Amino acid sequence: MVDSSNSQDPLIGTNIQRSNQQVLRLEQRNDDIENIEIKLLLEGVYLHYGFDFRHYAPASIKRRIWHCVREEKLNSISALQERLLYNSACMERFLLILSINVTALFRDVGFYRVFREKIVPRLRTYPFIRIWHAGCSSGEEVYSLAILLQEEGLYDRVRLYATDMNEVILARARDGIYPLEKMMAYEKNYRSAGGKKALTDYYTAQYGRAIFHGNLKKNIVWSQHNLVTDGSFNEFHVILCRNVLIYFDQSLQERVHKLLYNSLITFGMLGLGQMESIRFSPCEANYGAIDSLEKWYSKIR
Amino acid sequence: MKFIGIGTSLGGTQALKTLLPLLPPGLPAAIALVFHRAPETNDTLPNFLEQHSRMPVEEARDKTPIRAGRLYFAPADYHLLVEGDHFALSTEAEVSYARPSIDVLFESAAEVYGKEMLGIILTGAGRDGAEGCVAIKRAGGVTVAQTPVTAVCRSMPEAALANDAIDIALDVEHIVPFLVRWQYSKGSAG
Repeated sequence: MVDSSNSQDPLIGTNIQRSNQQVLRLEQRNDDIENIEIKLLLEGVYLHYGFDFRHYAPASIKRRIWHCVREEKLNSISALQERLLYNSACMERFLLILSINVTALFRDVGFYRVFREKIVPRLRTYPFIRIWHAGCSSGEEVYSLAILLQEEGLYDRVRLYATDMNEVILARARDGIYPLEKMMAYEKNYRSAGGKKALTDYYTAQYGRAIFHGNLKKNIVWSQHNLVTDGSFNEFHVILCRNVLIYFDQSLQERVHKLLYNSLITFGMLGLGQMESIRFSPCEANYGAIDSLEKWYSKIR
Repeated sequence: MKFIGIGTSLGGTQALKTLLPLLPPGLPAAIALVFHRAPETNDTLPNFLEQHSRMPVEEARDKTPIRAGRLYFAPADYHLLVEGDHFALSTEAEVSYARPSIDVLFESAAEVYGKEMLGIILTGAGRDGAEGCVAIKRAGGVTVAQTPVTAVCRSMPEAALANDAIDIALDVEHIVPFLVRWQYSKGSAG
């Protein structure tokens, strides 16, 4: 409880000091209000919808929130908050803006080359292989992996769990339809990543789009999963989690690293994004590097 | 001045060859560079920068701490953002047809550094950086563009100038002397 004798302004009688502070406060006000608005919005979204963005890295989430404010033709984050809480269609659009990450087939070709050269030989020793691609976004990298596994003759032993927090993006990934004009660049990636055939062998071109063949999709299980709020759902031989952790603050990164660690079998393998690292994570000592340049690690204890 | 952002694309190697060697080691500001380039495996930029910079060069990774006296650069195919005392990366869609985007770096850095930020737009195609310079100005920072007639590709500095977001246009060889002078006049003013 606040004691009324203490609730008096301690600055009464020191007007000069007070006005200086007020000037300072005015200068900081707009920034502060913006941060308060963001906090309130994320708290509200969490309480109402269960999606927890409160520990997302602030710089990029702020960009995306403002992007959404403009798309909704609103003027403030508070106005967006109101619409989000009362209008679930707006929430879906917001979720889409927050979860779009633009990737490519065989993004970082070296990563896939290492998969072929160093991960595949280890996988051959298992009769059945479970792979989890966490945060698969629109699916380009899932199909890259599926193609590679097929060329290495492992695909029939594999169950590939591809998850994302956003069902709309997941549905797109499941469809496996991509703009045909991008396939040219992807073809180049595919070859540099050690592709053995032609990328055209894996899709049908139709109306300016490329549609991946059904036999590439048959062992992929698409499922909604939120790394922030959902737990481990199996033990995997391989986990890919690329360019997802960069969106989290340090505390959330630590939590998700633990989740990934607990979801790997002993000697299971973890593949991260090119600019990410296992270093400084609480699980660092539990992994050995398979290829530290291409961010492949193995759980050793 | 605590943070200097540099943005360039087409013709950038030429401009940086002039600009980088002039930067004094021990400059009490962090420098971050966005250079548009193809997301290829053999990124030649790190070697090029090492060759021409007297400041230590570092590719900005996820949560890399920002330290004065170092030259950071955005990795190919990632946006680079400033977030408190460290960098952040993002793979969201291209901005102004670019990833990394100068706008994204400048806007996020302006928010953190305000008056303590200087933005430099060098030669380049397109209009990336023009919005970022507006953000720097709004936050009280300073902006410099390469004189368009001296640029291999003039459209990027021109777009920033057309946005009325550039304090001064200079030939490349005059940019570093300008910022050093500005730095020390600011320093003595308190």
